[in-house]
Amino acid sequence: MGTGGLAAGGQEVMNAFKTQLKGKGITADIRKNCSLHKVGCRGLCAKDVLVDITLRNVKTTYQFISPDMVARIIEEHIIGGTPVQEWAVSEDYHQFHDKQFKIVLSDCGLIDPEDIHSYINVGGYDALKQVLDTMSREETIDVIRKSGLRGRGGAGFPTGTKWDACFKAVSDQKYIICNADEGDPGAFMDRAIIEGNPHSVIEGMIIGAYSIGSDKGYVYIRAEYPLAVERLRMALTQAREEKFLGRNILGKNFDFDIKIKLGAGAFVCGESTALMFSIEGKRGMPRVTPPRSTEAGLWKKPTCLNNVETFANVPYIIRNSAEWYASYGTEKSKGTKVFALTGKIKNSGLIEVPMGIPLREIIYDIGGGIENNKKIKAVQMGGPSGGCIPADKLDVPVDFESLTALGAMVGSGGLVVMDEDSCMVDVAKYFLQFTQSESCGKCTPCRIGTKRLLEILERITQGEGRAGDIDLLLDLSADIKVSSLCGLGQSAPNPILTTIRYFRDELEAHVRDKKCPAGVCRKLLAYFIYAERCKGCGACIRACPSGAITGKKKQPHQIDADACIKCGSCFTVCKFKAIGRE
Amino acid sequence: MEKSLEKIYTYYVNNEGNIISLLQDIQSEFGYIPEDAVNWLSKRLEIPASRFFGITTFYAQFHLAPRGKNVITACCGTACHVKGSEKLITGLLKELDLPEGESTTADKQFTAEKVNCVGACSIAPVVIINDKVHGKMTADGLIKEILKLREKEIEA
Repeated sequence: MGTGGLAAGGQEVMNAFKTQLKGKGITADIRKNCSLHKVGCRGLCAKDVLVDITLRNVKTTYQFISPDMVARIIEEHIIGGTPVQEWAVSEDYHQFHDKQFKIVLSDCGLIDPEDIHSYINVGGYDALKQVLDTMSREETIDVIRKSGLRGRGGAGFPTGTKWDACFKAVSDQKYIICNADEGDPGAFMDRAIIEGNPHSVIEGMIIGAYSIGSDKGYVYIRAEYPLAVERLRMALTQAREEKFLGRNILGKNFDFDIKIKLGAGAFVCGESTALMFSIEGKRGMPRVTPPRSTEAGLWKKPTCLNNVETFANVPYIIRNSAEWYASYGTEKSKGTKVFALTGKIKNSGLIEVPMGIPLREIIYDIGGGIENNKKIKAVQMGGPSGGCIPADKLDVPVDFESLTALGAMVGSGGLVVMDEDSCMVDVAKYFLQFTQSESCGKCTPCRIGTKRLLEILERITQGEGRAGDIDLLLDLSADIKVSSLCGLGQSAPNPILTTIRYFRDELEAHVRDKKCPAGVCRKLLAYFIYAERCKGCGACIRACPSGAITGKKKQPHQIDADACIKCGSCFTVCKFKAIGRE
Repeated sequence: MEKSLEKIYTYYVNNEGNIISLLQDIQSEFGYIPEDAVNWLSKRLEIPASRFFGITTFYAQFHLAPRGKNVITACCGTACHVKGSEKLITGLLKELDLPEGESTTADKQFTAEKVNCVGACSIAPVVIINDKVHGKMTADGLIKEILKLREKEIEA
């Protein structure tokens, strides 16, 4: 029951169960199965609301449940003992899970995120006890290094190396920061983890703090995630009550506490140096490195900053050993990665897969293929810093190096599927709009260069492309990449570059022929009516906001091209496919 | 106003706050950042007002003008974009009759705004109406929601 689950009616379904069960005098353990979409970490958000019923150790999972269905489930299943088969999850629910391997998400969806004991019952905080009881700081860092864990925020920096650098830095004060400023549009892994299992992140942070020798931690979290903030706050309070946080943790003479800092809506604050300035209460503008944050970070003190998912991995690595973790994934990318699978895909949701899995298996075996059985065109990975991987490259193994070689990146883990109705020029323009407005303005090439890139793309999508535009885009992109200070500017041209690299035909069609093959770029479209299909029902006349359609009842209508504002309302409303566009 | 500002100021001093948290407090108290509030605190703290405004305009969360009674936020994340959020936004602005560059209606009933991503991508396109997340939104559905809010206003 997370942001999406509540939107889908998770609370209403739960209330219905509560009141109706009470009315029948049955005591049952109704658990708030965590996170995202009530099932969050089981991940199949597309089938919300999902409900689990466990009766005599046999679990049945129902999909698309609404409050009015609750009575029948109680009557037939809980009282009668026979599950309502027609509402139970179908084949693809199991398919969705078969190819996944869950570490970070293993307890999400099973435990109650609002109850620390629910986490403790499945082994939570055992890793912390093990570390404080039996391991030195060096030994702990060594386990993390040997596990091969790399930063899950996108850049993939080895976590053990970072911890070691911070441990070795000499200072009277060190900080540890959890970056939960998940700004990439199309990514929601961090939100799901915090909503589903906040204690795993807290435990990872405490272990990190012990390793590097820090007594103060911050979670920098987006204000756009109110439920995650609330759950985190609750979890911190409970952890303090259980003496996992505060003074003299578990009687081991180790002090550590965590504060929440709310982001104020700036994408660039996901960059680590900008994030630290933001915590200090300043404008979040990246600075030159070196010095690295591990030497002089927050308030110029050695600071270790990791992503939510990175911290959430830590307790599981400690509990199961470095070798166990390193046995999953590829040679250079160990373990698993959580992805947010969205866009034009059947089973959208949250997934966790071993590194190195072919992208095709994610799309077809886990994701169930493309919505409405359309053709896949591309997969956008890595958000505004990443790029589009074309359909013929779907066999690429998903790991840090392979994706970077294709011009995309693992990034924070957003995976947006595009079908033939998506225009790749429009997508590139979309990301440029994003980076252009989110550029902090410090570096001129990023501030003005992205603006110029955007202007060129806007021109192209409005049918005013000129010969030489593509070369101009390439030139400008190369300049912005080399002359920007931080990752935002360095990667801002990536969406354009992959569009040019893999979809040059489509771009050229816009520039040269003034056509949008996918039918997205409005100004390049022309709407017309197939006279032989038009029944003269008048639906389009009523839908047209500009009065551009005329015609008598039961006779073919016409569109006045000059009056048409190309909004597409007629196209959507026509039941006879009589409206054409090109 | 002064009384609430005094309270915000005291909290700031006692809790080693910073300008961002100060501004967040001002906004949650007044619904936006009033110029007078900044000037008052600027004098009191001996921090130039420009520093406050520098931060206010840097972060998308802060608003320098009062906002509408109802806030409708359209998500512009990637998933929402490929699923047609643009159309929702065009429809929303048209329904509220908002001129270019304006985000709040003249009668202060509605504010329409965009957000980068709320992370509810699997139910895209998403619109948030007064803090409640609505998934799989359509242009017609959105207009219906607006009508509901208008009716409520008339009843009240």
